[in-house]
Amino acid sequence: MSHLRPDIVERARELVSLYPEPRSALIPLCHLAQEQDGWLRPEAMEEIAALVGITAAEVRGTATFYDMLHTEPVGTYLVSICTNIACLLGGAEELLAHAEARLGVHAGGTTPDGRFTLEDAECLADCDRTPCVTVNHRYVGGLSIEELDALLDDLAAGRRSDEIPPHGTLVRVRRNGGLRVPLAQLAAERAAMAEAQADRARAAKDEEAAQAGAAGGSQGSEGRGTA
Amino acid sequence: MAVTDAPRIVTARMGFKDSHTLDRFLSTGGYDGLRKALSMTPEEVAAQVDAASLLGRGGAGFPAGRKWSMLRKDPVTYLVVNGDESEPATFKDHLLVERDPHQLVEGVLIAAYALQVTQAFIYLRGEFAFGLERLTQALNEAYDYGAVGQDIFGSGFSIDVVVHPGAGAYICGEETALLESLEGKRGFPRIKPPFFPAAIGLYGQPTVVNNVETMSNLPWIVLHGGAAFAALGEGRSTGTRLFALSGHVKRPGTYEVEMVKTTFRDLVYAPVYGGGVRGDREVKAFVPGGVSAPWFGPGQLDLPLGQDEVGNAGSMLGSGAITVMDASTCMVRAAWRITKFFARESCGQCTPCREGSGWLERVLRRIEHGGGREEDLELLLDASDNISPGLQWPPQQTTICVLGPSIPSSIHSAIDMFRDEFLVHIKEGRCPVA
Ligand SMILES: Cc1cc2nc3c(=O)[nH]c(=O)nc-3n(C[C@H](O)[C@H](O)[C@H](O)COP(=O)(O)O)c2cc1C
Ligand code: SF4
Ligand code: FES
Repeated sequence: MSHLRPDIVERARELVSLYPEPRSALIPLCHLAQEQDGWLRPEAMEEIAALVGITAAEVRGTATFYDMLHTEPVGTYLVSICTNIACLLGGAEELLAHAEARLGVHAGGTTPDGRFTLEDAECLADCDRTPCVTVNHRYVGGLSIEELDALLDDLAAGRRSDEIPPHGTLVRVRRNGGLRVPLAQLAAERAAMAEAQADRARAAKDEEAAQAGAAGGSQGSEGRGTA
Repeated sequence: MAVTDAPRIVTARMGFKDSHTLDRFLSTGGYDGLRKALSMTPEEVAAQVDAASLLGRGGAGFPAGRKWSMLRKDPVTYLVVNGDESEPATFKDHLLVERDPHQLVEGVLIAAYALQVTQAFIYLRGEFAFGLERLTQALNEAYDYGAVGQDIFGSGFSIDVVVHPGAGAYICGEETALLESLEGKRGFPRIKPPFFPAAIGLYGQPTVVNNVETMSNLPWIVLHGGAAFAALGEGRSTGTRLFALSGHVKRPGTYEVEMVKTTFRDLVYAPVYGGGVRGDREVKAFVPGGVSAPWFGPGQLDLPLGQDEVGNAGSMLGSGAITVMDASTCMVRAAWRITKFFARESCGQCTPCREGSGWLERVLRRIEHGGGREEDLELLLDASDNISPGLQWPPQQTTICVLGPSIPSSIHSAIDMFRDEFLVHIKEGRCPVA
């Protein structure tokens, strides 16, 4: 018996087929599993592992690197309050303190009824409306304490469920159709890729032999990269 | 105030409520740039981009044309678009994705054609649920319209574009970490050399990585020519650029302005941009290009918004994120919060970055909370120096990527500019400002 629903598995297979290497679909598949369960259950990670051809441990090891992938249960509504620099200047610490008091949990915690998880978030990229709040990764604007209270009331009463699906559903628009470039063409490219890689490996070996003892390159820098 | 009459290049459609739809896009010149590009040779398209002197809008400011020319020739090559946008106080790329997704798709297709790549990926920050939906929708429409997929507009050129969601990790904005993430792994940056994407990128194949805003400029450049783009701005900093203005200004927001011709002061005070500081207070300091950048004070407000102008003054335009802090701001708290961000987001591969960020965060936190010690300022500078020796600009790098050397920027700036404020925190256990 499969844990993931048949429709989820079908979409997962479609996603895998979009990539030259199956493992690339790992994050999209984790999002899909969260759409079904709200979080990443161990059974789901096992099945994702099989779908992309790696071990469940590799799935878990990768998933735990990412903030949005949860290997513990999450509330129906993940309320994220940004406290980074622009929101800090806009009163985020006070808003977070209020949310903690109102929900009775510290940032990172989930209410006992499983309804809300509160998060002290890093910049959510909506810094002109501060303090920035998202619910299940949907922007709800920069909120005052009163507005946050009203939002939590609405969510608890189910009044925002149209625009904000339960935690885990990320993208409701489905790519219509699978791979658009014919598989035969891609297969030819794959073969060419393998050949090129082999060539390069040979060339590197030759070069190594030729250059033994030559000075190494300087520490490369792309200049000053940031976001 | 210098508000120039430069055309809006990437935000031209944003006045329309339906700017994201294919109908609006087509009725406002959409996909004309792609059609024109397909009528040219790939080399001619690349030459226009080179002539435009389009500097990458992701942060490092590397010329796109030059990057393209470095792509190693191989049967299989990739184009990857960086839409991770997580540098704190940066909020421009997701606007381009949400409000004009077809423009981004068109830019990607033009680049794909010029580079003759086999496949393109658009990596969007996972938190952009709305943007992911808008872009997926746009791509579906573009496929139906015949602009993506096989034999685009009957040109014989075929390309598949995949929208790929991230999952919450700042470091995945760094291009090699992004590629790891796109391969389904943890976002650990790769060491350069040898892993310059143009040589060894996605799946070990040559790959061009460009930012969302960089791509969104391409339709205009192809339609109007590289020279028209280069006629805007000055020197190396050509065209217009999006600046995300936040903090204590009356009108925070994203503004498209002509480079170099406009100054920080224009952006903060012009009525059509920031409209001045809230409560008409003084600017105490501002972050000129994202939190990785050293801060500026009121004395630098008249610097032009140009890459070299800002670079020579000891900071960077970076991601185009400008955050204004007024006289009521506690600078210890600001520096602490920025450092906390880096401590949380360090990927952990390099000791100076992993250990240093945690140390620095704890020391700043205790100063902020009234438990600072006299030797703490020297300790902060010494630990910063261990991450980036000499604390110079541009910074020395002891780590795999430049997240590490970015950590000292705000700490060094804050202590340099506001040492007295730190001393009051330490000696009196209170904040002299708040
Ligand atoms: C820690 C770190 C985070 C970064 N985050 C982003 C980002 O979110 N978006 C982006 O486009 N570039 C980001 N960059 C810069 C990329 O590494 C790369 O330079 C850029 O995507 C290249 O595109 P461009 O040449 O079009 O600017 C980051 C760099 C570093 C070191
Ligand atoms: S500098 Fe920091 S973020 Fe960059 S690779 Fe090293 S540990 Fe990771
Ligand atoms: S700093 Fe809060 S959303 Fe950017």
